Amino acid sequence: MTASTSTTTPDVIRVRVPERSLRQDLRAVNIVLRRELIRFWSDRTRMISSLAQPVLFLFVLGTGLSSLMSGGTAGVDLRTFMFPGVLAMSVMFTALFSAASIVWDREFGFLREMLVAPVSRSAIVVGKCLGGAVVATFQGAVILVLAGLAGVPYAPTLMLVLLGELLLLSFTLTAFGVMMAARIKNMQSFFAIVQMALMPMFFLSGALFPLSGLPSWLGALTRINPLTYAVDPMREAVFGHLDVGADAARMLNTGVTWFGWRVPTALELAMVAAIGVVMLGIAIAQFRRTE
Amino acid sequence: MTAYGLDGSRAEPAISVRGLAKRYGEIEAVRGVDFEVAPGEIFGFLGPNGAGKSTTINMLCTLVRPTGGSARVGGHDVVRGRDDVRRNIGLVFQDTTLDDYLTGEQNLRFHAELYGLPRAVAADRMRQVLEMVGLWERRSSLVGTFSGGMKRRLEIARGLMHSPRVLFLDEPTVGLDPQTRASIWTYIMDLRRREDITIFLTTHYMEEAEHCDRIAIIDQGQIVVLDTPEALKASVGKDRVQLHTSDDEAAIRSLRSRFDIDAGMHEGAVTFAVASGEQFVPKLFAELDVPIQAVSVARPSLDDVFMSYTGSTIRDAEASSVDHLRQFVRAHRRGR
Repeated sequence: MTASTSTTTPDVIRVRVPERSLRQDLRAVNIVLRRELIRFWSDRTRMISSLAQPVLFLFVLGTGLSSLMSGGTAGVDLRTFMFPGVLAMSVMFTALFSAASIVWDREFGFLREMLVAPVSRSAIVVGKCLGGAVVATFQGAVILVLAGLAGVPYAPTLMLVLLGELLLLSFTLTAFGVMMAARIKNMQSFFAIVQMALMPMFFLSGALFPLSGLPSWLGALTRINPLTYAVDPMREAVFGHLDVGADAARMLNTGVTWFGWRVPTALELAMVAAIGVVMLGIAIAQFRRTE
Repeated sequence: MTAYGLDGSRAEPAISVRGLAKRYGEIEAVRGVDFEVAPGEIFGFLGPNGAGKSTTINMLCTLVRPTGGSARVGGHDVVRGRDDVRRNIGLVFQDTTLDDYLTGEQNLRFHAELYGLPRAVAADRMRQVLEMVGLWERRSSLVGTFSGGMKRRLEIARGLMHSPRVLFLDEPTVGLDPQTRASIWTYIMDLRRREDITIFLTTHYMEEAEHCDRIAIIDQGQIVVLDTPEALKASVGKDRVQLHTSDDEAAIRSLRSRFDIDAGMHEGAVTFAVASGEQFVPKLFAELDVPIQAVSVARPSLDDVFMSYTGSTIRDAEASSVDHLRQFVRAHRRGR
């Protein structure tokens, strides 16, 4: 039983694992991202179920309420007004579902396969966030196809702007989810906590009603809600392509104001991006610490 | 003892461990273990659940930081050279770490990309490892449709994708039926024959420990004894030899006068205990003046070994270590 290994079969293909480098880390980002896409494509139920809720909001709630508020929207279809909010909603669920897959991967062991690989943890976290962002944006794009039914014109520039804004929002939301997933070890608590954060964020974002003329406590809450700064640029974009009266625009597309100063769209988007980057940083730090 | 190295040029041990320890709060999961594993060796950690096997393996594969001592794997320190260790090891865990929603091939490709394998050879290597574990035909099926044994085989294939120098197998056959267990061992032995690889495994099945070149018996975080299965069994006691002869009475007399052995009748055969029975049997044929019709030599089992070194059978040790384990899990959770 000595050294039976000396008879190594010559045709065994031996590969060498290269030293860690930026190129290796980028390959890791890419494959983690691609896995998210593969899993999303193969999971049709998830795709359809995450479409159900936005569609319900837009066409059932939107249509139902519009008869009630026809006076208050100055001739603009309530569904047109709600459309940016519903877009935000559709990516919200998908992005957080993607982040939840980290918790899932932990429970089912796959996370371990990733954590023992000779790549940096940041590559894995970045891959996860980008994967979640792309998948969620795709989901948002499906809702975008329905734009015409909500009275939103299919102007190519509008579509591109909305897609870009959705991608940014999706990235930040996934980063938020991944940051949470680093700490929360089981699925039930993850969804409990996410649900707790999600609904108030959605309601306080101006997705369903204009932010002007709110009671001051509600106004304050909407201004500290990060989602507000993602919904407003999308509404801005939509109203930029609508042919509505000045009254309607003033009433419905009020923007976000800080002590009377209207926050420019660029700054709003920069804030969303900054929040995303900070959360990504926290998530990376947390995953570096875990053994 | 035999040298297991391939040749003189690779003198450095595949694994070398000095005073390795891990403490979770109050609980000492591993209390200072020392051992070396030579390149090409199959080295087994045998012990009941909760004895510290998994903690040790996790330290060796850089998943858990030791709180004491040091370890080198594939020539690199597990703490300072973490990435270098990772590039040189393959892992098969106790619990499956496959993605059920990907196909077998996709799981392996994920691994190849994550480890940065050159794409040109990765495809050929994938085919090779999949063929080796008999899953090449099933490569396009979702892993979720695989049986437990197939999943384990796929994990072994994946652990081998990047040609690791050391393959860690943590309880590679736990939860599998005996037939599948045997087939997994066929793959492991085949693997050792084909690839230039060192295998470190943990098990709590005695019959599996027999496949190892050397075994360390671990109990309550310490190595109780370390040797080849043969030496361990020899250290416990003698083999039991049973003879069927044409004249049993004469045989017993002859054994006493010629070999100074006290034999008796058990189970209808002349029975006696002797060290290394296999070597004794030829002498017996040469010198016993009674014709022998049949002979059997029963070796002491590793169960006997475990019993004699730890004072309990592995099943008893397991039962008592469940309490230990619960305590440990609680402490571990608090620690987080």
